[in-house]
Amino acid sequence: MLFFTRWKAAAILLTAFFVCLCAVPNFFPESTVKHWPAWAQRHVVLGLDLQGGSHLLLQVDSSAVRKERLQSLSDDVLRVLRQARIQFTGRAIVGNGVQVHITRDTDMDNALAKLRELSTPLSGILGASGQRSIDVTVNAGVITLTPTDAALTERIRQAVDQSIQIIERRVNELGLVEPTIQREGLDRILVQVPGLQDPSRLKTVIGTTAKLDFRMVDQSMPAEQAAQSRPPADSEVLDGEGGVKYLIEKRVLVSGADLTDAQPGFDQRTSEPIVSFRFNSSGARKFAEATQTNVGKPFAIVLDNKVISAPVIREPILGGSGQISGSFTVQSANDLAILLRAGALPAPLTIIEERTVGPGLGQDSITAGEHAAYAGAALVIVFMFATYGLFGLFANVAVAVNIAMIFGVLSLLSATLTLPGIAGIVLTVGIAVDSNVLIYERIREEVRGGRSAINAIDAGFSRALATILDSNITTFIAAAVLFYIGTGPVRGFAVTLGIGILTSLFTAFTLTRLIMAYWVRMWRPRTVPI
Amino acid sequence: MRFRRISFPISALLSIAAIALFFFHGLNFGIDFVGGTLMEVQTKAGPADLAKMRSTIGGLKLGDFQLQEFGAPNDVLIRISEQPGGDEAQQAAVQKVRDALGDEVDYRRVEVVGPSVSTELLAYGTIGLVLAIGAILIYLWFRFEWQFALGAMIANVHDLVLTVGFMSLTHIDFDLTSIAALLTILGYSLNDTVVIYDRIREMLRRYKRMSMPDLLNVSINATLSRSIVTHLTVAISLLALLLFGGQAIHSFTATMMFGVVLVGTYTSVFIASPILIYLGVGANRMEGAAEEPEPPKPQAAATPPQRTRTRR
Repeated sequence: MLFFTRWKAAAILLTAFFVCLCAVPNFFPESTVKHWPAWAQRHVVLGLDLQGGSHLLLQVDSSAVRKERLQSLSDDVLRVLRQARIQFTGRAIVGNGVQVHITRDTDMDNALAKLRELSTPLSGILGASGQRSIDVTVNAGVITLTPTDAALTERIRQAVDQSIQIIERRVNELGLVEPTIQREGLDRILVQVPGLQDPSRLKTVIGTTAKLDFRMVDQSMPAEQAAQSRPPADSEVLDGEGGVKYLIEKRVLVSGADLTDAQPGFDQRTSEPIVSFRFNSSGARKFAEATQTNVGKPFAIVLDNKVISAPVIREPILGGSGQISGSFTVQSANDLAILLRAGALPAPLTIIEERTVGPGLGQDSITAGEHAAYAGAALVIVFMFATYGLFGLFANVAVAVNIAMIFGVLSLLSATLTLPGIAGIVLTVGIAVDSNVLIYERIREEVRGGRSAINAIDAGFSRALATILDSNITTFIAAAVLFYIGTGPVRGFAVTLGIGILTSLFTAFTLTRLIMAYWVRMWRPRTVPI
Repeated sequence: MRFRRISFPISALLSIAAIALFFFHGLNFGIDFVGGTLMEVQTKAGPADLAKMRSTIGGLKLGDFQLQEFGAPNDVLIRISEQPGGDEAQQAAVQKVRDALGDEVDYRRVEVVGPSVSTELLAYGTIGLVLAIGAILIYLWFRFEWQFALGAMIANVHDLVLTVGFMSLTHIDFDLTSIAALLTILGYSLNDTVVIYDRIREMLRRYKRMSMPDLLNVSINATLSRSIVTHLTVAISLLALLLFGGQAIHSFTATMMFGVVLVGTYTSVFIASPILIYLGVGANRMEGAAEEPEPPKPQAAATPPQRTRTRR
């Protein structure tokens, strides 16, 4: 137990030294570390509860994705049947599918064939999964097309990917530092922005769908009347600024998807903040057509089903550019321009969890953590020295190396350190000492039992090590489970606890033994100073 | 070991009391598990006027809410219960409070948990505890005999039950960090139990003729000094955390202190070891065989059915 070959001793010391070295970048300010080579720059990442920042969990509204899919399927059915010149009636979205009644029975086969073409095979992880995107069924002359669950899942997945890209664009424009935007599960997105004090603006920028449409105002009846009774079939009532209601046609003339640019600015005449925009060629053409045929009539600019502006078309706009004016502030005009440039989100996002920590609290937490760590370490060191004397000193060295190694491993993994994580480190100090205590108590016992000094030490180690392994593994299992079920700060605790156990096992099995072996060899003690 | 006649009934009583507390007094579930909003604000100009804040927020008609001082006199913790209307409603409520309190306060921390996430966290938390208990049980089964595994589990679940009772009594916030504390207590007090069991196993091999109660006594005495030292070191590390760690992890540290130091020691010595006798370990020992097998006292909800004594 106490015999180490030169190679083994060197290997152990080198490993410990190397891991401790990895912790070094943490103690230098960011500015100095930047100049070091890339491999030396890995350091611990401070969690949001220590740095301050915002953690937002967003969920894609899957019912909206489903509705949109059904709507486009319904449009596709219309297109296909018209092209094939098949007569039909009663095309409608019913429940989870689109239904259509084929007028003539002779057309049924043809209709089915054409409609079946709308269904595309879905690819699984390993290529074609054998599933298709739409189920087509027939019942008494009525064809029902239902998007499969697999297809919807795929759609949601795509919506999340798209949303992540759009959010990235939007967040970048806000100039925020190092945001983390990633998918979580099937339909969720995690956004973490360190150092953000007031997330309100961020939430608005991320949470707004930003679907921009240009539609005509329906002047056939006053909007109020339409709101009380029923609006005409192709129009709907939408709210505008200040609660004013508008009756707007459902048909979209040009959509925001055709915008190539949007910039905040000021109206030349009124000096009020406005957003000026420009269409691509197809959008410009549609816009020109619409304005030419509707001179003198009001048209509405609808953003997320709210009318922000309803100006009258004074003259046809052929150049494909224009401006939106409404009750904007400089910042809201800027934000809208950002949203339009980045593109509309494919589906609405809801914030289902928010955790924001201000920098004041973050700094306080760091200070508290540091104090606790130093106090704890100091107390333990004094206690160990008082209880075990010289051996206590060995244990203290091992514990010190242990803590350095924890930081080293955390740095190597670029892991996140949270306040519970610091608590975990302090706790690990207590647990790590246990391994040494087990060994020392065993040695004491062996000495009492009459063994010679060296034999007692040797026996102490061999007997205690199996116990050390067993007892630490149970705590490790608890840490592993906690890592799996935890989020954020709790996960940080599980990480430091787990790593702490591993490093304390390492130091107990190797470092403490090494120190002991060396001491025995140098001083050749007759008695054990315990 | 004589103590087991006292300690078992005491433990049973305490466990029942803890469970009763859990059901009737309830736990102070944090927003992690029941949803809602938590805001820690710091008034910029002098100590906080709680009464005024209370009426301001009350006027917003956001349902149940709590206001309390949190550490310093100008630190206030506002907790608003989950708003009806799904996830968007929570955000709307936060905005209302922000608008109402305006510039008078600094927002140190804002946490909003909607209904979808809170149900998930609650599920994960419970599953996590059950999973951990199961995983550790399996591990112990491998390393020791089944009686040891079961004994350890009963003792340590009893630990958890008492800790939950403590949390109910003190009305400590019960959120994700509390689950972390519970899991750590579980792992750590098992740590303890395993050390004693290891010693018992060694003794069983070495002294084949010693009676069980004596053997257990010897084992416990042998490990006692180690236990005391270890518990003291963990206690002082936790003490440092409690004194200096700040308000944010206060509930976590207090729970750990109770579970690990107070309860953990007691159960490892007074419950985990004597239970082995009841589970039939060493039943074929000479003097020990003379003991009448009393039915195991009800231990919380984890009573094993009457088992026939097995030969080791």
